[in-house]
Amino acid sequence: MLEDLTAKLETALKKIRGQGKLTEKNIADSLKEIRRALLEADVNYRVVKQFIEAVRRKAVGAEVLGSVTPGQQIVKIVHDELVRLMGESHAGIKLAGIPPTIIMLAGLQGSGKTTVAGKLARYLRKKGRRPMLVAADVYRPAAKEQLKIIGRNLGIPVYATDSPDAVGICKESIMACRKQGCDVLILDTAGRLHVDEEMMRELEQIKKEIKPHEILFVADSMTGQDAVNAARQFLDRLDFSGVVLTKLDGDARGGAALSIRSVTGRPIKFIGTGEKLDAIEDFHPDRMASRILGMGDVVTLVERAQEALDLEKAKKLEHKLRRDEFTLEDFYDQLQQIKKMGPLDQLLGMIPGLGKQFRQVQVDEKALVRIEAIINSMTPEERRNPRMINGSRRRRIARGSGTRVQDVNQLLKQFEEMRKMIRRMKKMKFKGAMNPGGFPFS
Amino acid sequence: MAAFFHKLRQGLARTKSQVFDRLSQIIATRTRIDDELLEEIEEILITGDVGFDTTLTLLERVQQRVRKERCEDPRQLLRLLKAEIVRFFPPMKVWEEQLPEKPFVILVVGVNGTGKTTSIAKLTYRYQQRGKKVLLGAADTFRAAAIEQLGVWAERLGADVIKHHSGSDPGAVAYDTVQAAVARGMDVAILDTAGRLHTKVNLMEELKKIKRVIQKVLPQAPHEVLLVLDGTVGQNALNQARNFVEAVGVTGIVLTKLDGTAKGGSVIGIAHQLGIPIKYVGLGEQMEDLEVFHPQTFVEGLFEDQTVSENR
Repeated sequence: MLEDLTAKLETALKKIRGQGKLTEKNIADSLKEIRRALLEADVNYRVVKQFIEAVRRKAVGAEVLGSVTPGQQIVKIVHDELVRLMGESHAGIKLAGIPPTIIMLAGLQGSGKTTVAGKLARYLRKKGRRPMLVAADVYRPAAKEQLKIIGRNLGIPVYATDSPDAVGICKESIMACRKQGCDVLILDTAGRLHVDEEMMRELEQIKKEIKPHEILFVADSMTGQDAVNAARQFLDRLDFSGVVLTKLDGDARGGAALSIRSVTGRPIKFIGTGEKLDAIEDFHPDRMASRILGMGDVVTLVERAQEALDLEKAKKLEHKLRRDEFTLEDFYDQLQQIKKMGPLDQLLGMIPGLGKQFRQVQVDEKALVRIEAIINSMTPEERRNPRMINGSRRRRIARGSGTRVQDVNQLLKQFEEMRKMIRRMKKMKFKGAMNPGGFPFS
Repeated sequence: MAAFFHKLRQGLARTKSQVFDRLSQIIATRTRIDDELLEEIEEILITGDVGFDTTLTLLERVQQRVRKERCEDPRQLLRLLKAEIVRFFPPMKVWEEQLPEKPFVILVVGVNGTGKTTSIAKLTYRYQQRGKKVLLGAADTFRAAAIEQLGVWAERLGADVIKHHSGSDPGAVAYDTVQAAVARGMDVAILDTAGRLHTKVNLMEELKKIKRVIQKVLPQAPHEVLLVLDGTVGQNALNQARNFVEAVGVTGIVLTKLDGTAKGGSVIGIAHQLGIPIKYVGLGEQMEDLEVFHPQTFVEGLFEDQTVSENR
């Protein structure tokens, strides 16, 4: 995520790092690089100008010139400015005192409103709410069907009728929501180009009649300089309360995130990071800034781990590790839990220091599948006691898993290494190796 | 041609007034060609999504010509800018009246939400207007209700669709579509594919497979691979195009949603950096709102004098 910008800023800052002292001249050079990087990442021209000015003002000062490591200070200044630009802290969803809480989604065509509606519903249900989706896009062919399918897959009720009147549908949905005992309504509205008067009027009408508690502007993070214009127009007409940035799982686009926030003053509340319905995350400006600067994103990693990991299992595992009873079965469990945390390349990108080297690496998810297949082809006894796996068993396992004997050998060898390492760690004193959450990456 | 010009002018009205008209205004107030003027032009081009590298190249070339032709009048700059922008666009051919193959197979690809399905509907309409029989293939089996969306368009257009169940193998749909097109003697077969981010390796592999499967029926197919790009996209457009070219050999670009706002610029960057021809431009939400792209007309439209545009 945002890798290109990170890479560019890193190059720019390296110039400062390489030199002993900060002068006006080498700040200027670096700022030029940062400016270029930001413009190439589609950050709005005006926003870039302000950003560069702010960094310059803070950098050309005694505190930096007098510091021992000027490079680190510049990194900090750029980081702080990025955080400031994207809004200091995370902003969540405001829930209404008297249910239902009504959340209205608005945005341009193809920005991902319907998918966000589904993701948001799933997210809120996980937080203990009972959401209902409302199909208020009466124009796009099959938009209603798309929402219905999403609702069916999630097991979340969808209010949809054949009426061509979006405002009416929204009104009726409030009654339906109360009747079904739901407490959050998510309105999926029609998307068009923002120059379209008709749509804007319809959205204004919905806002006036329904009085939603939250209006979220859904924006495609790949949008260019125009992102700012669209956001401003929606702000003028709807005065939205927050932003959802979508498609952040691709490459090279920090731009919209930086500029929309700075131009509208509205917080970015969520980001979409994949096509699956669980790919929605809270937006944390400081984490995003860290990612941009190549500092990694440990906090998100830990949060994902906590969400995916089974605490009971983790405790059991810790116990087993202590008693040197770690088997291939446990190893298999570990793999399953890591897989639940999301695509490996995304996880790697969050580990500090790893970001840069792994940016070019294609993570081979298939290697995991192979390991799984091999373990699946073993008998329970073999899993518990890998030493019993002799030549003929190895051949059978290779055949059963569609791999080669070498692959089986390699896995068994790696497993043996791992056990040795665990034993050594135990001798070194076990305490520090596992953290309280049972986080299995130590 | 006249229709294209008119619609494009409507579509680009905002781009013009916000970005490129400012260019004419600034140039008109200056008496000298100096660094300050060039810097302002740089800002305007970047704000118009032309992109950093393309803007630099463009300005360099214009400056070279300024020196060579000994221009001193800033008004000459506009002429030079236009000429240099037009030079970025590679020559191209659109297959419509005379199709080189029967069936003429078109594969439509792109990232999520760029308007693939709508563009296919518009393309179908264009071919039908020219008396061609079109068969559609619903190979977006991933997104919820994508098959239904194409189905609704097909019904409006009176075209046949080959479809499988949601979640089935898109390669199989592609195979069946091309085979059916051959068997039924169709002129054109257009395949809709699922939107995919260009960075997802496995999804790009799936696209390659779709192409291979098509070639099992017709070794020369697909005869056209159209990449659909959102007109509001920024510099990421280049990455998208690069990866799709690498995977399935894009032969042309469809630029959609050009009736929105500031965005003439991204086309210039794409043409310059990738040399892929822009073939069609989506200018509205109706079936007939798809036009063949003409670089000259496009650039003329961008820089049209404000006094003229006010009178239209």
